[in-house]
Amino acid sequence: MSQDRGEALFRIAALVLGLGFLYAPIVLLILYSFNASRLVTVWGGFSARWYGELISNASFRAAAATSLEVAVMAASLSLVLGTCAGFGLSRLGRFPGRGLFGFALLAPLVVPEIILGLSLLLLFVASETWFGWPGRGILTITVAHATFGICFVSVLVRAQLAGFDRSVEEAALDLGARPWTVMTRITLPGISPALVSGWLLAFTLSLDDLVIASFVSGPSATTLPMAVFSSVRLGVSPEVNALATVFLGLVLVLVALAGWLMAREERRRRAISP
Amino acid sequence: MAGFGRIGRLLLIGLPFLWLGLFFLAPLLIVLKISLADSVIGLPPYTPLIYDDGNGLRWHVTLTNFALLAEDSLYLRAYLGSLGNAALATAFCLVAGYPIAYAIARARGFWRRSLLFLVVLPFWTSFLIRVYAWIAILKPNGLLNNFLMGLGLIEAPLPLLNNQFSVVLGMVYSYLPFMILPLYGSLSALDQTTLEAAADLGARPLRVFVDVILPLTFPGIAAGSLLVFVPAVGEFVIPDLLGGPDTLMIGKVLWDEFFSNRDWPVASAVAVVLVAALAIPIVAAQRFLQRERPA
Repeated sequence: MSQDRGEALFRIAALVLGLGFLYAPIVLLILYSFNASRLVTVWGGFSARWYGELISNASFRAAAATSLEVAVMAASLSLVLGTCAGFGLSRLGRFPGRGLFGFALLAPLVVPEIILGLSLLLLFVASETWFGWPGRGILTITVAHATFGICFVSVLVRAQLAGFDRSVEEAALDLGARPWTVMTRITLPGISPALVSGWLLAFTLSLDDLVIASFVSGPSATTLPMAVFSSVRLGVSPEVNALATVFLGLVLVLVALAGWLMAREERRRRAISP
Repeated sequence: MAGFGRIGRLLLIGLPFLWLGLFFLAPLLIVLKISLADSVIGLPPYTPLIYDDGNGLRWHVTLTNFALLAEDSLYLRAYLGSLGNAALATAFCLVAGYPIAYAIARARGFWRRSLLFLVVLPFWTSFLIRVYAWIAILKPNGLLNNFLMGLGLIEAPLPLLNNQFSVVLGMVYSYLPFMILPLYGSLSALDQTTLEAAADLGARPLRVFVDVILPLTFPGIAAGSLLVFVPAVGEFVIPDLLGGPDTLMIGKVLWDEFFSNRDWPVASAVAVVLVAALAIPIVAAQRFLQRERPA
């Protein structure tokens, strides 16, 4: 009995220490974003002044707009191409080049991002010398982000398709539904949790990326992480704390929204199938 | 699926395949090509592989960049520093992550879902900002030093930032969820009856852990270790923000070679050697990803 209690205490201690470690820096960051003092380590009373300075910071605003534009386009591209790839791998059986295809779909997830960034930049520079196109900027960052986004979406779509009940599709086909109708009315809604989380994952990763964007962007486009990085390199700044807090709030809302959508979908599916 | 048709099948595979070929595989070949070129002043700042000197096509390949990597001890130290720090971070992640994953696997229902959510949540927030948060904590006059001095535990600030300690800590902090999730996968798939049988046969808890649980969760240990180790080796942000003059890491060297020295051929050679060094772990990691069904 005492052994069981010791074990339970051990588990609780592991969770408290582990989650404390994961969340302490984030909590401190949020707390100090409301600090009136410019010194990050001295508490000078509660104030929202850094949020005001953040809003009036034009370079952060422009960078945030660039980041959002890139992230929406990259996530949408990733969704379309990643879904195609996921279907191709899990539904089409064997085809020539399947091994290479599977490798190219997973390798970008594990290759260091500094190498992805360097290699893509060298491609864009080569293409510019040969064809005079594309100039480095929003377009090249979007292409780079979509490249790893595709891989994440395809992994999620494949996992969801593996657990998908094909008999519903077959029943619909037997009842005379056209393949396209089956696809849009049954299969795609059925894997919608993977589509939603895939888009969100590609979106957040794009919003978060510093290394790849730094390589492939030109002077015309600065993303939010690039702007944050250059200001952080100069020292700790309370504005960045405020920005981090806004960002965290946004992420929480998005994740909660995704969770709610998926839970609703799950309930609906349970309601249909007895 | 019967309904896709010939053109549909071609599009489904062809479009993403073309994209990845163009934007992932081809760029890697270009890196290899440029690593074999000489650095020149101009745009692009490297010599062409094949050129026409008026008497027909010639080709130009050089190994000087790789020779430089072998000669200048800076690069070797940076590679070893990266491998060493990544290995340390992996070991600490394993030691810290195992009890956490075990506790989550033992939780039920709502608790288990909530705990998993809490482990994954930091991953959805900005990586850069999570690393940056540590600067304010670890600075000489930072929160941790102030706290310890306030308690009277230390008299002068401890050197916590811009050294190997802060780099490894930053890596453990950033990559811990990558370790916990695969470990959780393995631990939650454990058959409780096996553990009970071992206990009924008289094995003490430590013996059950070492002889039964550890071997059965090896796939999770291996997957988690690879998912931490491989990105940690190529890490740039953590050594740049939390590292110091004595924490040389190859990701930062590559970055400086490219952006500060503008030596593209040497940067490419650094990348080629890094990919070669990581080839085995990368292939192994991607096999695990292929097998593991993501949650």
